[in-house]
Amino acid sequence: MEIHLSRRTLLGLAAGVPASAALAACGSSGPGKGGDGGSATYWHLSGQPQEGVRTGAVERFNDANPKGQIQVTTFENDAYKTKIKTAIGAGKAPTIIWGWGGGTLRSYVEADQVDDLTPWFDQNPEIKNRLFPSSFGAATVDGRIYAMPFESVEPIVLFYNKRVFDDVGVEPPQSWDDIMALVPRFNAAGIAPFSLGGQSRWTNMMWLEFLFDRIGGPEVFQAVFDGEKDAWSHPAAIDALTKVQDLVKADGFIKGFSSITADSNADQALLYTDKAAMMLHGSWSYGIQQTEGGDFVSGGGLGFMNFPPVEGGKGDPGNSVGNPAQYLSISSKASAEQKKIAKDFFATGVLTDAEVKEWIGTGAVPIAKGSEKLLAASESAEFLQFVYGIASNAKTFGQSWDQALSPTAAETLLDNIARLFQLSVSPQQFTDNLNEVIGK
Amino acid sequence: MSTLTGSTGRGDRRGILPWLAVPALLFFVGFAVVPLVGVLLLSFTTWDGIGDIHPSGLTSWRAVLTDPGLPHALWVTFLVMAVSWAVQTPASILLGTFLAGRQRYRAVLSLIYFVPLLLSSAAIAVAYKALLDPNFGLGAGLGTEWLSKDWLGRPWLAFGVVVFIVSWQFIPFHSLIYQGGVQQIPRSLYEAAELDGAGRIRQFFSITLPQLKYTIITSSTLMVIGSLTFFDLIFVLTEGGPGDATRVLALDMYKRGFQANLMGPASAIAVVLVLMGLAIALLLRRLGGRDAGESQLEGA
Repeated sequence: MEIHLSRRTLLGLAAGVPASAALAACGSSGPGKGGDGGSATYWHLSGQPQEGVRTGAVERFNDANPKGQIQVTTFENDAYKTKIKTAIGAGKAPTIIWGWGGGTLRSYVEADQVDDLTPWFDQNPEIKNRLFPSSFGAATVDGRIYAMPFESVEPIVLFYNKRVFDDVGVEPPQSWDDIMALVPRFNAAGIAPFSLGGQSRWTNMMWLEFLFDRIGGPEVFQAVFDGEKDAWSHPAAIDALTKVQDLVKADGFIKGFSSITADSNADQALLYTDKAAMMLHGSWSYGIQQTEGGDFVSGGGLGFMNFPPVEGGKGDPGNSVGNPAQYLSISSKASAEQKKIAKDFFATGVLTDAEVKEWIGTGAVPIAKGSEKLLAASESAEFLQFVYGIASNAKTFGQSWDQALSPTAAETLLDNIARLFQLSVSPQQFTDNLNEVIGK
Repeated sequence: MSTLTGSTGRGDRRGILPWLAVPALLFFVGFAVVPLVGVLLLSFTTWDGIGDIHPSGLTSWRAVLTDPGLPHALWVTFLVMAVSWAVQTPASILLGTFLAGRQRYRAVLSLIYFVPLLLSSAAIAVAYKALLDPNFGLGAGLGTEWLSKDWLGRPWLAFGVVVFIVSWQFIPFHSLIYQGGVQQIPRSLYEAAELDGAGRIRQFFSITLPQLKYTIITSSTLMVIGSLTFFDLIFVLTEGGPGDATRVLALDMYKRGFQANLMGPASAIAVVLVLMGLAIALLLRRLGGRDAGESQLEGA
């Protein structure tokens, strides 16, 4: 899953190195730049409000460590995913690699491109112990830890627009049947039932993640993840795929969803401009709607809930899926000096009290233990406690599929999901296509 | 190689000339031949772009050639090529002929026509994407029904939009070529035709078009080869979607290589692209007659 904030798709794609990135790098190198202590490099995603928190943490670290500077370069989401892969393959990786853990991290590990941080965590148990234990799963490959979890936990939640629910005179859905019953009501009122940035593909994937879980429980996707033969052909999977196509056929999604990208935040704009009633999206969307939606969030227009259960489904309705955290790895190709700076940063510069407060300010729940006590004081307290409740109560908090799987399997998955929503493959063809890449 | 020609004794005077080709040759070898050989070698390996490269024989080729996505991508590529050629060529010839006139207003118009040439494909794609957005675009803004279609969300509409934007972007360039071509046609031909009583339309078909034969071949080659590697505009505009409706070969290659981490199959597709490009370029040269250097003014 990814955080899409930037409108600068143009810059991100026009060249491998966007101008914004170059500018950001200049801006954050700080006064003590150069120095005799050398410097480490750090690439991460652009886009407010998250970008400001990330660069703020580095600036504080650089101010405190004039001899061990970190230079930041930022990238727009989709451009970053390609750029970081290419850079690592070419041996030009930054010292500190920002990522999502899971299958991509595994591909780095298998190529010996990132350092094993297990010994470092063993020597510094206090660092490990102050983070949510659940965040380490996606950082662990074959029992060893290759990344430091940080930032915030981001479940996918069902956002809805209270204003249009009031106008149409309906209640938020409590089950899948409710959802299907709401669709014609909203369509009749000229409001799209669901907003969806379908061109980004992973946005469609979130629907399947929840339907698979609610219908068949987490073990359905777990079997795929574990590489069991023909795991996609599970009856619950077929049922979920059929249900999603039913929703597409019933005009459940906004007109033109397959040409809307989440990168431009257009899907979220549809919700806060009252053009759509509901939207399944990552919890990071809260901060974006707060920033861009005028008085939509502050005026109490935004509602949120966990994905409702499906009638007769086996999955626990408390389960969730999303990003358990973000992850920082250290390039194995970095110099010893750079690695030391990176580890110093991990130890003293990441998720500091100031940064924790800033994350809370953006409507995010940081993965540092104890930060839950700060949530109530925030102006976004209701949402933050809701997210915290999901993260701490979910029996299973699944990692987003495209991040959990290998890049090869993920690309096939996303490709077929786009076709599924386009109604150009049947559930049966979908499962056949995906069974072929299991374990690849 | 030039020292050899020099040693024959008679070539002393032109000894310097072959050396002038060396910089171009170096660039060609460095940026075309070497990567080409690299891609060919990579197509016989398995590589995820990050780890070690493992030789794997024909595995990648087998995977690519048996993938049902390949014929589809080939078909889409061919359609983009054919349709955009069929749209661009007549429009460019007419515009080029029109702009070849010496009147001042035509010079002003030609300046305006060339504006799209100044814009990068990515910028054009972003602009059109915003204009065609079904919810926030031009149609929704102006409240016009026929403009607020799901332009990029329906397979054939999206395909049409791609061809339209490609044409919009490149017709100015080809008009420029034709303008030059038309201006090189000797006035005497037209004067003779006028004496014989041929009208404007007859002159166009009997003089201008035949005289533009080689210009048409040049422009067509550029169009066809260009559309074979068409990538940036489609990538930003539709990412090959909806579904795989606009997934051309170059995009397919990128997605396999850089998104699915399958560098072997991606290289195999790259080789296919190169071979297709070469074959089409050769074919077009053949169409132009055996001796492209022959005089265009025979019988004039």
